Amino acid sequence: MRIFLNDDAHDVEPGTLAAALESLGFGGRKIATAVNGRFVAAAARPKTALVDGDRVEVVAPMQGG
Amino acid sequence: MFYGVELGSRLLLGTARYPSPAVLERAIKASGAEVVTVSLRREGGSGRSGQSFWSFIQSLGLRVLPNTAGCHSVKEAVTTAHMARELFDTKWIKLEVIGDDDTLQPDVFGLVEAARVLAEDGFEVFPYTTEDLAVADRLVEAGCRVLMPWGAPIGSARGLNNVYGLRALRAHFPEIPLVVDAGLGVPSHASAAMELGYDAVLLNTAVAEAGDPVAMAKAFALAIEAGRLAFAARPLEPRDMAVPSTPVLGRAALGN
Repeated sequence: MRIFLNDDAHDVEPGTLAAALESLGFGGRKIATAVNGRFVAAAARPKTALVDGDRVEVVAPMQGG
Repeated sequence: MFYGVELGSRLLLGTARYPSPAVLERAIKASGAEVVTVSLRREGGSGRSGQSFWSFIQSLGLRVLPNTAGCHSVKEAVTTAHMARELFDTKWIKLEVIGDDDTLQPDVFGLVEAARVLAEDGFEVFPYTTEDLAVADRLVEAGCRVLMPWGAPIGSARGLNNVYGLRALRAHFPEIPLVVDAGLGVPSHASAAMELGYDAVLLNTAVAEAGDPVAMAKAFALAIEAGRLAFAARPLEPRDMAVPSTPVLGRAALGN
């Protein structure tokens, strides 16, 4: 299935958000996530199933004012 | 004192726009700041900048105040706040809901709504707002126990645009910690805010983009200390007419 991660299209195996993140190189990283504009806590990623066309946001710590 | 946390420094410092991480680290140390602001941004699977910044922040051992910079809607700001709470493991959030891209002024209507949603969800909200009294009242009603009115538009270096409004806000909220956030350019601006009785100032660009950020961080720290001392020492009120500082009584009679 195709998902959009930070607006970029990726073809991933059907499954959970946790599995998709692992396959795309985010395993073990300090990140926060949202799916279709809704926050998904780290603990909920293994239980969050993705469907074709989902929009996933992945953010990391950054400098800020 | 912010949400029960006593701090030794009245300067909150941003971490963006420094020439290098080494300069940022030295500027933070020179400023004496115990709170630094941070943010979050998209990162790809191969990127590592977020991870290295996180390691750097952890090494400083300081308290972090994450922001919702760049958010233009309540939904965006609330979702970003949740991401920040998990990522930085803090209930503190510097809440920004931007209403205009040219001035980066707050959308105060969205700000109040987002503040209410977040406060009800256990966040300790630091709202980036204007000096408008009625908006400040709504923010306090929404659960904010700190208010952060702007001095001037973010990054503009214009100082305190509305001293009257800031003074009125201080008088109206004697018990709420007030922080001038944004728009300061030089240490005298920060000193002026402290002389008004503000509890702290939050700044970033004035230090980060100075020719010598480390020296400027120190200069701001000294100005903030001086301004606070002056406020506590109860300054003179301005007068319309001159008052001789040298006693007139006993002056020699030398005329005619």
